[in-house]
Amino acid sequence: MIETDKKKCLRCSACVGVCPQSALTLREHGIECDGEKCNNCRICLNFCPVGAIRMVEK
Amino acid sequence: MNIEREYDIIVIGAGPGGSGAALAAAKKGMKVLLLEKRQEIGAPKRCAEGLSMSAMGRMGIERDDLWIRREIIGATIYAPNGEHIRVDYKDGPEGYILERKVFDKCLAEKAAGSGAKVLAKAEVTRLLKEDGKVCGVEVEFEGEKKEIKAKVVIAADGVESKIAREAGLDTTLKLVDIASGAQFEMTNVDIDPDRIEMYFGNDIAPGGYVWIFPKGENIANIGIGVRKPYAKEKAIDYLKRFIESRPGLKKGSIIEVNSGGVPVGGLMENMVTDNLIVVGDAAHQVNPIHGGGMGEAWVGGRIAGKMAAEAIKANDLSKKFLGKYNKLWWEKRGNKLQKLVKLREVMESLSDEDLNWLVDYLKGEDLIEFARSSGFSRFAKILMKKPKLIKLARKLL
Repeated sequence: MIETDKKKCLRCSACVGVCPQSALTLREHGIECDGEKCNNCRICLNFCPVGAIRMVEK
Repeated sequence: MNIEREYDIIVIGAGPGGSGAALAAAKKGMKVLLLEKRQEIGAPKRCAEGLSMSAMGRMGIERDDLWIRREIIGATIYAPNGEHIRVDYKDGPEGYILERKVFDKCLAEKAAGSGAKVLAKAEVTRLLKEDGKVCGVEVEFEGEKKEIKAKVVIAADGVESKIAREAGLDTTLKLVDIASGAQFEMTNVDIDPDRIEMYFGNDIAPGGYVWIFPKGENIANIGIGVRKPYAKEKAIDYLKRFIESRPGLKKGSIIEVNSGGVPVGGLMENMVTDNLIVVGDAAHQVNPIHGGGMGEAWVGGRIAGKMAAEAIKANDLSKKFLGKYNKLWWEKRGNKLQKLVKLREVMESLSDEDLNWLVDYLKGEDLIEFARSSGFSRFAKILMKKPKLIKLARKLL
């Protein structure tokens, strides 16, 4: 699954829009990733305009 | 806050799409609730803030000095080699650069003025369903979750489009149909304060372009949209490189940082299901050439609001009845935008050398007339002057 770097993330939700699994949600504290839905496709990581996303172990 | 337990229509998201929908529905006598998850309508912006006169005309709103930062008289378009063409409109401004956070609030005010109830910092956490059909929303406000019923829900929740997906509509965009955007609002920069500038090139902004939209004498939104698979790096890195290479920009100060995903394709044949309509960015209602979506969202929203009201009056909230919205939107905007998707596909196939040649060629054309001519046959004919572009140009005919 993924995690966002809160210091870089601008909370623009671009990642939420491109996630084919609907695994991401914008919350007050940043992007929340549903580990059950995420299939590690890295689309959001490649798309993020500011490079705020990284892969983490479930 | 006196939020009631039941409304005719709940609109999710108070951007131009949501406010347009709420306004149109309220004007039809509907009881409307417009919800915005962020604490401030219109901020943070995910937008270069440009609105053309033609888009404003389609919106049917009057200019208001409250939200206009700058009048624009034309555009300068740069080829990868730095050569440029300029289009200046002689008869009045061609468009405006806005202050989005003021503009969006004014649109929400219009909706409220027509009778809609508007509420910021109210986040929809899920859709309520009954027998598999949407019947309202669960909303979180001041830390408390409440269930509110509605006959029709209009999803104007932006590019994330969570609501439509929850209702079973697949709004996920292919990567080629969404631009990755980054922007700095910069002050103390040397810019053309009267024209927008657009820079094209496969090294500068692969699959997109860099824009400079002036908000004053020396203040501008300087941004970029890039796309996969063309872009190999992050949008913000391309943008930083562009700014670094220009002393007149490099010396400036950053007063705001923005990012966002911009739909530039993937127009949806069907944007409704039982009791639910999708509008704006959430339905990919964006101009696929320049990525502008304010006017499109407002128009889409207005049609949706009207249609939702008609459905309620006819007591038929089925997908079939609401589907008239699909037809109306496609007639009014969809068919036109679909043609622009084709143009986008041709444009993105051009190499830097092709773009240099094209800009050089267009220097000899009457650009105002060219920009206003409908259809692409003239553009296709120009491309055909270059033998290797003939096949590509045929796609436009």
